[in-house]
Amino acid sequence: MNTLYLRRRMTNWIALGLSVFATLIGLGFLAWILWETLRQGISALDLKLFTKITAYGADGGLANAMVGSLIINFIGIAIATPIGVLAGTWLAEYANRTKLGETIRFLNDILLSAPSIVMGLFVYTIVVLPSTALTNGNTTFSGFAGGVALALIALPVIVRTTDEMLRLVPSTLREAALSLGVPQWKLTLQILIRAARSGIITGVLLALARISGETAPLLFTAFGNNFMVFSPMSKMASLPQIIYQYANDPGDAMHALAWAGAFVVTMFVLLLSLASRLVLSRNKVSHD
Amino acid sequence: MSSAPDALAIRDTGDQRNHRDARHDRWFRWLLMVCALLVLASLVGAAGATLWGGRHAFGTFGWHFLTSSAWDPGNDVYGALVPVYGTIATSIIALIIAVPVSFGIALYLSEVAPPWLRTPVASAIELLAGIPSIIYGMWGLFIFAPFFSAHIKPWLTSYLGDSPDDGKVSWVAAHVPFIGKLFASNYPFGASVLTAGIVLAIMIIPFISSVMREVFQTVPTRLKESAYALGSSTWEVVWDIVLPYTRSAVIGGVFLGLGRALGETMAVTFVLGNAMNLSASLLDPGASIASTIANQFSEAVGLQKATLMALAFLLFVVTFFVLLIARLMLRQLKKREGL
Repeated sequence: MNTLYLRRRMTNWIALGLSVFATLIGLGFLAWILWETLRQGISALDLKLFTKITAYGADGGLANAMVGSLIINFIGIAIATPIGVLAGTWLAEYANRTKLGETIRFLNDILLSAPSIVMGLFVYTIVVLPSTALTNGNTTFSGFAGGVALALIALPVIVRTTDEMLRLVPSTLREAALSLGVPQWKLTLQILIRAARSGIITGVLLALARISGETAPLLFTAFGNNFMVFSPMSKMASLPQIIYQYANDPGDAMHALAWAGAFVVTMFVLLLSLASRLVLSRNKVSHD
Repeated sequence: MSSAPDALAIRDTGDQRNHRDARHDRWFRWLLMVCALLVLASLVGAAGATLWGGRHAFGTFGWHFLTSSAWDPGNDVYGALVPVYGTIATSIIALIIAVPVSFGIALYLSEVAPPWLRTPVASAIELLAGIPSIIYGMWGLFIFAPFFSAHIKPWLTSYLGDSPDDGKVSWVAAHVPFIGKLFASNYPFGASVLTAGIVLAIMIIPFISSVMREVFQTVPTRLKESAYALGSSTWEVVWDIVLPYTRSAVIGGVFLGLGRALGETMAVTFVLGNAMNLSASLLDPGASIASTIANQFSEAVGLQKATLMALAFLLFVVTFFVLLIARLMLRQLKKREGL
């Protein structure tokens, strides 16, 4: 009896001790990764990062990649937001509990974790290849194609948050508006989406955070460019793509630039997810 | 005299407005549905585009494509075995490491940690999920792979593997079949299948642990308190009550992590070494489907490009079914929650 009790206590202590250890492993790796990114990134920070372009190589900066990233991300969000919000609205308001609606909601959840590199190849097939055919065989990678690829990755995030946020809006609001004779499209656009606005903004910010670090789909769509370009129809550099390229370069100066780029991307992404949390929590407080 | 026509006019505009509203509602409904169908289209399109792009590879190599380890751009002969093996091996290593660690984290966050510590620790673990994969790749390439090569790999080789350098065979390798081959060191690099598996494990831990933690919290308190009242220890409650109750959702969470690991590109590309050869040793460099595409697609032409597209199709289909199982498993729990 006593030995059984002792053994059970021992098992319990060992298991709980291991759970603390597992948590420390997780936190340890988080600290290690963030610490190295901060340390290496800050030591490589320099004004020329923001003023010079990548054409100068080791003596250059990342200015064109930063501008390219902003343009490509903007295109991605600009395409994905209206489509995603409208699709999410359909799922929540029109197709809730219908077969097609449930199927699309389910497949959207799968798309959330679908491999991004396949999305890159998809956009390569539907955007880059046709435009190649139209321009007499020159391969036409473009910032626009990169934006479309990122839009496909952002879309499921926005659809899901819109859907969830709209389903949180109380039905009394719908009934009140409908009883006053408001047509349903007006009710949806002017009342429901407004009520769920901060939740939807959170979704868009999360989607932006998600696509800001995406590299794989940009390799065959936006491709890269050592010069500063603003036209979305030309090849365009982006921060993740330059990080990938420079990290694989043998030179130490290139590695320093890659770390600086990694630092900028990480800060941007972490600030975005912080901002999205703030938007959501402020909303929760105001509704209490 | 003026009041009758006015009333009529108002009624007319009312009718007109009703018609207009109904028409606009119909248009709006159609617009919304088209947007929702675009979600469906992107899924079908991605599968279709890669299948179409890879048709020449499937046509040229047939079923042999899946079993051939050839990768020879000079003679235009390609097989999928090396990247498929690399993808599966790295993902399985990632699961072997990530599942127990995630379970430990979920256990800590739901039963062990003092309540004031739970939210900050959970947010910190979720922060891991927010770090872009290219950062994992850089950290893996510049920090972890050298560390692995200097400290972990020699230890693994000398205690578990055959070392071809000095011809010595470790005690474990002499007594357990195959393990010596798994941990044999043939190259002096840190990039290897095992390194990629470890980096992948760190990436999927936040996904699996957050699902586990969420489903652990759905276990009715009454059930747990009954077990505690009968004298169970915390571990016994978790192992005998919480885990059986949430089994399907826990498996769903694991499959969700597996789906992530299979399709992950950047982190793996940096630390896998990109060698198109088949090796039994986990300490040798290899290639995965995603890393092969990332490395070779830009320069590939003709049949090589078709092969990469075919590999992408395989990856997409396999990931789709893994994620399908994950979501179905997770949905079962939601249904029970609703009851």
